[in-house]
Amino acid sequence: MEKIDVSGLSCPMPVIKVKKLMDQGSQAISVTGTSQVSKENVSKLAVSKGFKLNIIRDGKDEWEMELTK
Amino acid sequence: MDNRKWFILCAGLIIGGVAATLVKLGNPPNMGFCIACFQRDIAGALGLHRAGVVQYIRPEIIGIILGAVFTSMFAGEFKARGGSSTLVRFAMGMFMMIGALVFLGCPLRDILRMAGGDYNAVVGLLGFIAGVATGVFFLRKGFNLGKAENSHSNAGGYIIPLFAALLLFLLLKATVFNPDAGGPIFFSKEGPGSMAAPIAISLIAGLLVGFLAQRTRLCLSGGFRDFILIKDNYLLLGFLGIFAGALILNIFYGFFKPGFAEQPIAHTMHIWNFLGLYLVGLTATLLGGCPLRQLVLSSEGDLDAGAVVFGMITGAAVAHNFMFAASAAGVGIYGQIACIVGIVFMFWIGWSYREA
Repeated sequence: MEKIDVSGLSCPMPVIKVKKLMDQGSQAISVTGTSQVSKENVSKLAVSKGFKLNIIRDGKDEWEMELTK
Repeated sequence: MDNRKWFILCAGLIIGGVAATLVKLGNPPNMGFCIACFQRDIAGALGLHRAGVVQYIRPEIIGIILGAVFTSMFAGEFKARGGSSTLVRFAMGMFMMIGALVFLGCPLRDILRMAGGDYNAVVGLLGFIAGVATGVFFLRKGFNLGKAENSHSNAGGYIIPLFAALLLFLLLKATVFNPDAGGPIFFSKEGPGSMAAPIAISLIAGLLVGFLAQRTRLCLSGGFRDFILIKDNYLLLGFLGIFAGALILNIFYGFFKPGFAEQPIAHTMHIWNFLGLYLVGLTATLLGGCPLRQLVLSSEGDLDAGAVVFGMITGAAVAHNFMFAASAAGVGIYGQIACIVGIVFMFWIGWSYREA
């Protein structure tokens, strides 16, 4: 499982960073972040790329999810 | 199409319809909303520039801020955070405003101008898309202004809302206690600055847009960016909605007049319409959002977006004092130079801020 932290990054950096890992062939990615917008956008990207979402933490200021093929 | 897409499409239709209606009720033509123009009017009303025809405290801006503040608080998303190259963002905000004033409108007004039949705005749109594409190029190269940190106190997030509240007070009071200079608050007696829908209606319209834009994350540069970057059309639907909503009501109200010549608060210098919004599209993509999105983010506690907002107001003052801003006659030589300098500045920032 590859880990990536997108905390505090403005649009569309979280999506770009996660997509880069996907494009490199990662099948399992653990993502942590802070804003609700980045959570929505990373989730949307994951679904569109055929990944399954597993939300580990869904706090007000912090979230973590695992994406697996 | 899923529910979120319908929501942003409808939000766009409402915003476009409200914009056309604000013109019907007194706002300048094709200017129901314009984040750049209205921040410029506010800069003028506060005496930061002395272009007498564009000075007014626009209630729409106050409404958008307060609408986005309340919505984000209710949604639990109000959170003070900042520290991502704040001064760089301030400077970028200044140039984003200069680009908008070379074109004569932010991306939101570009849509409204197209919906009014202004073909110059189509030229501007092409420049805007080219600017966004250039921004995407830098993003793909690893451009990053750095992480923002959540503040340990939310106090900083209240600066923009309190600024909006102060503006509302000054708008209603319009007090003159510096009679020698005529200020501190200046309201246009003629020109676009003197054209305005009733305060209460403009304020409510702004509140509604603030709510819709906060919920949908509406962003006009983001629409093209996401489409180019990840083939996602969500934000573009908002763009289309605004266009359709404004177009329908413009036709209904009899405002739709297609052509290049004699369009309201517009000029026909194609190169500068293109390059003005090119600068805006490029800057907005590097900043992570268009002027509207920056305003909404600043209302949610994003201190870096707040720096962009104040940068834009400062940029408006500079643009008029240094004669960068265009008029119906076109763009002067100083505005052309400033626009090119802005583009060169963005290329420098875009290239320098690549991550290893």
